[in-house]
Amino acid sequence: MENSLLLTYLLLIPVAGSLILLFIKAGNEKLIKYFGLFVSTIVFLLSIYIYFNFDSDNSSFQFVHQFKWIETLNIHYKVGIDGMSMLLVVLTTFLTPLTLISSWSSVKKKVKEFTFFMLFLEVGMLGVFVSLDLFLFYIFWEAMLIPMYFIIGIWGGERRIYAAVKFFIYTMAGSLLMLVAIIWLAIHASNYLGVFTTDLEQLYEVAPLFDQSTQNYLFLAFGISFAIKVPLFPFHTWLPDAHVEAPTAGSVILAGVLLKMGTYGFLRYNLPLFPAASTHFASFISILAIIGIIYGALVAMVQTDMKKLVAYSSVAHLGFVILGIFALTPESVQGAIIQMINHGLSTGALFLLVGFIYERTHTREISYYGGIARIVPVYSFFLMVVSLSSVGLPGLNGFVGEFLILLGSFKSGVLNSWWYAGFAATGVILAAVYLLWMYKRVVFGKIVNPKIEDLTDLNKREVFVLVPIIIFIVWIGVYPSTFLNVSEKTTGKIIQQVQNPPKAELK
Amino acid sequence: MQIPIEYYLILSAIMFSTGVAGVLIRRNAIVVFMSVELMLNSANLTLVTFSSYLGNSIGQIFVFFVMAVAAAEAAVGLAIIIALFRNKLTVNIDEINIFKW
Amino acid sequence: MNGAFGSKIKNEKVIGIIGSGAIGLSFLVVVFAFFETLSLPAEQRTHIVDLFTWLKVGGLNVSIAYQVDQLSLVMALIVTGVGFVIHVYSIGYMHGDKAFWRFFAYLNLFIFAMMNLILADNFVLMFLGWEGVGLCSYLLIGFWYDKDFEKSTISAAGLKAFIVNRIGDVGFLLGMFLIYLVFNSLNFAEVFSRATTFHISEHIFTLIAIFLFIGATGKSAQIPLYVWLPDAMAGPTPVSALIHAATMVTAGVYMVARTSIIFASAPTAMMIVAVIGVFTAFFAATIGMVQNDIKKVLAYSTISQLGYMFLAMGAGAFSAGIFHVMTHAFFKALLFLGAGSVIHSMHEQQDIRHYGGLKKYMPITYGTFLVAAIAISGVPPLSGFFSKDEILWYSYTNIGFVFWLIGVITAVMTAFYMFRLQFLTFHGKSRFDEKKTHPHESPKVMTIPLIILAILAAIGGFIGIPALFSGEHGNLFHSWLEPVFKSAELKLSYFGSHSHFEEYLFMIISIIGAVAGILAAGYIYLRQPQVADRLSTRFKSIYRLLLNKYYVDEAYDATVVNPLVNTSKSFLWKIFDSKIIDGFINGVASWIGNLSSLIRKIQTGVVQSYALVMMIGILIALFWIIMSL
Repeated sequence: MENSLLLTYLLLIPVAGSLILLFIKAGNEKLIKYFGLFVSTIVFLLSIYIYFNFDSDNSSFQFVHQFKWIETLNIHYKVGIDGMSMLLVVLTTFLTPLTLISSWSSVKKKVKEFTFFMLFLEVGMLGVFVSLDLFLFYIFWEAMLIPMYFIIGIWGGERRIYAAVKFFIYTMAGSLLMLVAIIWLAIHASNYLGVFTTDLEQLYEVAPLFDQSTQNYLFLAFGISFAIKVPLFPFHTWLPDAHVEAPTAGSVILAGVLLKMGTYGFLRYNLPLFPAASTHFASFISILAIIGIIYGALVAMVQTDMKKLVAYSSVAHLGFVILGIFALTPESVQGAIIQMINHGLSTGALFLLVGFIYERTHTREISYYGGIARIVPVYSFFLMVVSLSSVGLPGLNGFVGEFLILLGSFKSGVLNSWWYAGFAATGVILAAVYLLWMYKRVVFGKIVNPKIEDLTDLNKREVFVLVPIIIFIVWIGVYPSTFLNVSEKTTGKIIQQVQNPPKAELK
Repeated sequence: MQIPIEYYLILSAIMFSTGVAGVLIRRNAIVVFMSVELMLNSANLTLVTFSSYLGNSIGQIFVFFVMAVAAAEAAVGLAIIIALFRNKLTVNIDEINIFKW
Repeated sequence: MNGAFGSKIKNEKVIGIIGSGAIGLSFLVVVFAFFETLSLPAEQRTHIVDLFTWLKVGGLNVSIAYQVDQLSLVMALIVTGVGFVIHVYSIGYMHGDKAFWRFFAYLNLFIFAMMNLILADNFVLMFLGWEGVGLCSYLLIGFWYDKDFEKSTISAAGLKAFIVNRIGDVGFLLGMFLIYLVFNSLNFAEVFSRATTFHISEHIFTLIAIFLFIGATGKSAQIPLYVWLPDAMAGPTPVSALIHAATMVTAGVYMVARTSIIFASAPTAMMIVAVIGVFTAFFAATIGMVQNDIKKVLAYSTISQLGYMFLAMGAGAFSAGIFHVMTHAFFKALLFLGAGSVIHSMHEQQDIRHYGGLKKYMPITYGTFLVAAIAISGVPPLSGFFSKDEILWYSYTNIGFVFWLIGVITAVMTAFYMFRLQFLTFHGKSRFDEKKTHPHESPKVMTIPLIILAILAAIGGFIGIPALFSGEHGNLFHSWLEPVFKSAELKLSYFGSHSHFEEYLFMIISIIGAVAGILAAGYIYLRQPQVADRLSTRFKSIYRLLLNKYYVDEAYDATVVNPLVNTSKSFLWKIFDSKIIDGFINGVASWIGNLSSLIRKIQTGVVQSYALVMMIGILIALFWIIMSL
């Protein structure tokens, strides 16, 4: 099999970068910042190179790199990429440099450690998306908890310790369940394969053969861990705290990439490995997703803290993604994948914008603001575009994802009812309500607070961070085929794996 | 006439239990050490008894090991007690609870 | 044809020319396309231009493609033509406003979205235009975003418009999904041809039609989603003219017309459309009769006229409905622009009780307003008469006498409130301090558009003269649009021919009704103003009910908005999320904490307790060994 080292380079570069960073003396802030940016940009360029060499018509994993790691347990180091992970990898490498740039003004102390953690985090995220061995996947999954914990805990807001600990333990509790499941899965599979292995592709052949109740348990074990990460109602309560207390850069990466790992997990692991269980639980999870959409939107509506509002909106948006995944039609799964990217971009941009204004006024209370349109027009424009993208206005990216998901859910054979899409569609109204109402209260209206007059508009660096995101927002909205084509074969393959799993031979 | 083996063993057991009781009940650290020595000596007695009754000299050689260890332990232990005393001005082990949660 | 809809955002002061010029150019392009299409034989008049594939997933294949056929040409002519006129007017109206450039940018964006909506060849692109005009309406209504408006702010009005529209949009979306499920396509041509060839039960058609219609009620302000339109009057008057009189609100009517084949296959839905249409027309007219703000009267009038259009749609008279769209665009835009002229010269005063006798100050405005008022009242030979009469006639022949009757009564009310407005504003004694406010005629850049529209309102009706009058030429408008509605009309087989005599009779009755309304208004407001006061005190409760718009807004607030917000705030957030879910998590954490505090008591730090435990352990082990021997 082809042994391309590119993906491993992708992982090694940030590691190398972060290690080198440790040797730079702490006082040299400018060097640290530029070096961090340099490393993350190299990673980004490498991922773009991989993107252009990616064959969209091939549905199997590409750029695979494999070697034996732990001989006795037959655990390999195996990484590979397919359509869906390609898009997510590019999203990750795209957001990281932007986040680093945006943090130049907000992270003032311990810059070296911060950049180190960000690079470390990048490795973890990329590893999750490219690993094709369950054990390796688990390592990377846990690995990105640590830097996130530190980022929230050191550079965060007032209740940062509480939020960081909550985030860490909550997620870890789920993942421990997943570890048990992985081991169990590998052992059980060895009955079929003859040898203990955690190689994903081999498990794809075997796991669907398990009987229904085994599949159900394993599905739940994996699923709870992913559900916590997504976050799926009712496992979402760590999210508002983590987002609000994290520094801007942390929130952007958290919302932009980390949340996608949960949905990615569902698509990569739960669905193909346990197809019978997936169809069994599809309606239940879809109901939770829809509750998440509506509940998330309603609670977002009444928040007074802007960041918390956006955090709850994430719950609502990812509810759509989960609905799309479990509706199991090509439209809805494609919609889900595209919506993952969209959410990363729009919500990432929203957090950036909230962060920018927070840096100036040190408050996120909506009531503090009002009528800032006249004072910071550029900011208001960006906020409007991003809010509309989040609302799902056609012509921008959000519509493509939401429309495909709703359309797919409507005609889904697995869900078999129109009510799912019907209820989810009301989420569309609610999204407009909470976002535009916030926009109106913050941007429009009379100026109630004289201190607002002192606001300065976005400076060049901040605009520089936002513009690429806006470009993609419009690009995906107007011509999504560029990206849909990349993930199309993968979607087909996943749906195929769920609907036509390898059947046990009758002995 | 030989003394029956049981007498030695019972004496040994009594010595040992006395030692245990002393360790568990007495408050003074030095007395606790004395009880520990008592327990060690009861073990010595048992070893010598069996060695004599079985005609095997291994038991007696082992007694030397035990005595050496006891001496070393007593030396170190007393040194610790002196260090503790210097800090806490007491050898009452009820009051030495720095490791309490 | 594709050049018809570029939109650029600029920030110079020469914008007015660029903005209007862009639209003017589009108009010329459309006219050119119109004449070109005119030269083609009737069957070949559909022309599709495919730009690129937009969404291609699974079985779904949606392109950005535009379709030019008779119906879209008519709509495009209206939009660009009236749009152009309004742009020119706005140069004068918005003069001096510091966000001049932003206004024109939004206006152009609006036309772009509207053109997308009209020219789309599939549902999704139409939805893009649909939402796009909703967005522009939000931006334009809330244009002066830091001013107050009635009980809340202007931007709140914009928000209300967007949200109410969105609610309707859910209906549209569901309709779209159902269409996709049933017909496996969202492309107009494919769906419509399959609608006739597939065997689909009527229930499905009805369901689709109802969903689509919900979307239409949102956008075109019918019951129950009309509440945003009166509030939308907070925006600048040209906005009201363009969006809420001529174009955006007619998007719903256009949508029903475009999907006529689906509606025609679902008679139940048609009936619902007609009922809601006629009821809304009546309902809105009753409110309009007592409003005191000039723009509010016009707003309710718009809702009422839109009701007529839907009545036509429900009666299967699709081209009559579109005809009314066109004539309504003329006279309603004219009315709004005229109102704008008055408001401008009266220094933003909008209460008609403070007007009076303006005709000597603003003759051109007065004249054009009068033309529009006559047109809307349905007095021949102005355009409004032809279109309204056609609708009334078809509602009689295709549905029933009751509809015609309610329609005629509404027409009488229309004439009444329109002329009440006319008389109170322009005639009689001036009820304001003539020394303080100096009303003056508006500048030419504003009056010329008024004149243009007045001419159109006057003669525009002649395109659609019913067969009754023009003999062998037939109804030109109708026959132009016929190929579009052919398949729909085939499905609706209406029996019974009615005699010409009946047609004449009804026509005359409606004319008499209109004139009666005008005279009544003249009597009350010109001769005996105290009659109005007496009436309002005699029927005080009815008066108050009408004045307060039947308290519908308050009802909505109490039943929908407030419960939603309060429940979310107090229950969902404070209790459910914070206490129950989060509480559960924190509870687990503190439970573990308590457990640990319990267990750590073992660490006493006293050596003897450790020794004790060791002893006990050894004893247990000994016992175990002895027992198992």
